[in-house]
Amino acid sequence: MSPLQICLAFSSALFAVGLAGALARSNSILVLLGIELMLNAANLNLIAFWRFSPHGSPSTGVVFVVFAIAVAAAETAVGLALVISIYRHQQDIRLEEATRLKG
Amino acid sequence: MEPLVAYLWVIPALPLAAAAVGAAAPRGARRLAAGAAIAAMIGALALSSLALARTLAAPAAHQYYNFSWFDLGNGAVRLGWLLDPLNALMCVMVSLVGLLIFVFSLGYMRGDENFKRFFCFLSLFAAAMLCVVVSNSLLLLFIGWELVGLASYLLIGFWFHRPAAAAAAKKAFITTRIGDLGFLIGLVWLYDATGSLLLYDGGNGFLESHALGDLATQVLAGGLAVPTAISLLIFCGAVGKSGQFPLHVWLPDAMEGPTPVSALIHAATMVAAGVFLVARVFPLFSADQELAAAPLRALTVVAGIGAITALMGAAIAAAQNDLKRILAFSTVSQLGYMMLALGVGSWVAAIFHLLTHAFFKALLFLAAGSVIHAVHHEQDIREIGGLSSRMRTTFATFAVGMMALSGVPFVFSGFWSKEAILHAASEWGPSRLPLYAGLAGVVLTAFYMTRLLCEVFWGPARSPAASHARESPAVMTVPLVVLAIGAVGLGFLGTPAWPWLQSRLTGAEVPARPLLDGGALMALSVLLVAAGLGAGWALYGRRPRATATAADPLAAAAPRLMAFLAARMRLDELYAATLGRLNDLAAALADVLDRWVWGGAVGLLARLGEFVGLLNREVDEVGLNTGFDTVSEEIRRAGQAYSRAQTGEAHGYLRTLALAFVVLALLVLFGGGR
Repeated sequence: MSPLQICLAFSSALFAVGLAGALARSNSILVLLGIELMLNAANLNLIAFWRFSPHGSPSTGVVFVVFAIAVAAAETAVGLALVISIYRHQQDIRLEEATRLKG
Repeated sequence: MEPLVAYLWVIPALPLAAAAVGAAAPRGARRLAAGAAIAAMIGALALSSLALARTLAAPAAHQYYNFSWFDLGNGAVRLGWLLDPLNALMCVMVSLVGLLIFVFSLGYMRGDENFKRFFCFLSLFAAAMLCVVVSNSLLLLFIGWELVGLASYLLIGFWFHRPAAAAAAKKAFITTRIGDLGFLIGLVWLYDATGSLLLYDGGNGFLESHALGDLATQVLAGGLAVPTAISLLIFCGAVGKSGQFPLHVWLPDAMEGPTPVSALIHAATMVAAGVFLVARVFPLFSADQELAAAPLRALTVVAGIGAITALMGAAIAAAQNDLKRILAFSTVSQLGYMMLALGVGSWVAAIFHLLTHAFFKALLFLAAGSVIHAVHHEQDIREIGGLSSRMRTTFATFAVGMMALSGVPFVFSGFWSKEAILHAASEWGPSRLPLYAGLAGVVLTAFYMTRLLCEVFWGPARSPAASHARESPAVMTVPLVVLAIGAVGLGFLGTPAWPWLQSRLTGAEVPARPLLDGGALMALSVLLVAAGLGAGWALYGRRPRATATAADPLAAAAPRLMAFLAARMRLDELYAATLGRLNDLAAALADVLDRWVWGGAVGLLARLGEFVGLLNREVDEVGLNTGFDTVSEEIRRAGQAYSRAQTGEAHGYLRTLALAFVVLALLVLFGGGR
């Protein structure tokens, strides 16, 4: 396998792990963790394509990823704030109990 | 390029790997976690010793290995490893003292159910500190620096179910963060001014004459030189980490952690980081010394803060009753001495004292841990008493540590390193005050250590636990003995007659002076030590405390002063009343702004929208409604059906997303869509 393929295989595995975590866990913090894993798998893809592409310039792959990481950090902050307020409401952070938004 | 320096990263990586093993191992794997941690420290110690041996062959050379982390824009962020006698000595000290503390913890933490987690955190702590030590880039150093902060948070709050421990951990983290903010700003400014955060880089590192010379010519408004400002910002970080006045308040509270952690924080790792940082970038701090008309020089501030801290810590330590708190304030005071030495320009004396202090303070803390372990976690010295006959090894080693810290002449290491600092302070031009503060601290240090020794080990046992105390097992006493040997022997590496350490650290041969050079000063400090020991003996040793509630002779003589000192000069209360109040006020202000100003504006807009809506509705009701009613009824019904898909269960959504993603992937792969 070429290095690119190894990277892609690794990021697919990481994505699968994150997806499994997000789907299987009921603790919403762990679901957030799973989502972060998937996001990082996507970041890894960006980096890998940048690194192994013939005309990679630093302003493409790396900048994308740095932006994605910054956005992910903000998103996690919002997510954790949501978890805290859910906890305040129902004294519990299990996701299946947080069903107030149903139509 | 010397091959060894390129592999220097292995030294911090080994304990880091041990921490990973500890984190991944199941909860019951106590032997695995502890074994991995200790094996990693032995490995790090061996490598550090090898590095030390290699660098001592050519002490003047700074060997480094730089590499590019990532490219961004036109520049690259570069990191690197550095090897010179200062780094190598620190590495050996950290890994050796760390190793002994790890071994001691085997005994001390044996009964704790979170034994595995403890060793995982200890390894992380050691890894972070070693990363600080070996890095050739201030950025990498900062990363390790923050990891040290994180690990200390985890360890101080190790018994987090106790509210005091949780609060102490938070306090340590937040207080050091205040200093770290200054450090970070200093870093950014430095990068802006010199274009590099590497210490040494073939002439382009910011510690080398090329960049430093450029820097020293830049002057801010008010005549303040740029290197002075940057140095002071970086010094903020050192003040926070090394427990200097006014950010020392976290250090005594950090005693809430297990005793081996206190030993690690106070001796080998965390507080040493600040002193090490200033010594490491010393050329930057002294860059403004050559300027003719500087309103403020960075080293003057360092010396002043150090002198204040040395005196204040020693004074407060004399009035405390908690065994570990006395040692904590003594650390604050000794760190003040180190900063004082840095400030008066003798970074070699500071590092010498740092190394000897690491040994005797680790010894004192571990011996205190042995006492606390034996008397079932009683820490009030008034409640202990009479242990000298029951715990002979602990008593003997504690006495060695106490004499080294007090600076008992000629045999103990603390004497030589303290002499080196006082000697440097006496030669400092700008002011004599640091010297006087140092000398006053010498009396106080000898006094409070004598008091501690007398109260804990002499007199009658004043509680049931103390009368049934038994000597700790060998796994705890052997590290004590090893540290005691270090606390005695290390001093002979840096006596005036044979300045081995000084020559190696500076890389230039330091001429030997007569052993008793500066005899008057030395005689004075010996006299002061004797006075302190004598006063302590007269007050606490001659007639030992009989019961736990008997009044302290000093507190009886000067109740107000002693109460003030016992309350730690009321600095915590002062901070709560000023900074804490300020923070509350700002929060209240933000609340009012949010509620009334922004909330009012938004409310106004909402009212406006409501009004427009009302108007609209009237038009709709009259003009358009009837025709649309049937259509909208259909849409409503469809929406109702559709809304059943909105179960409110986030997992259901996630599952649908995942399924759709798979279908999409299959379509792209096999559907011929490309």
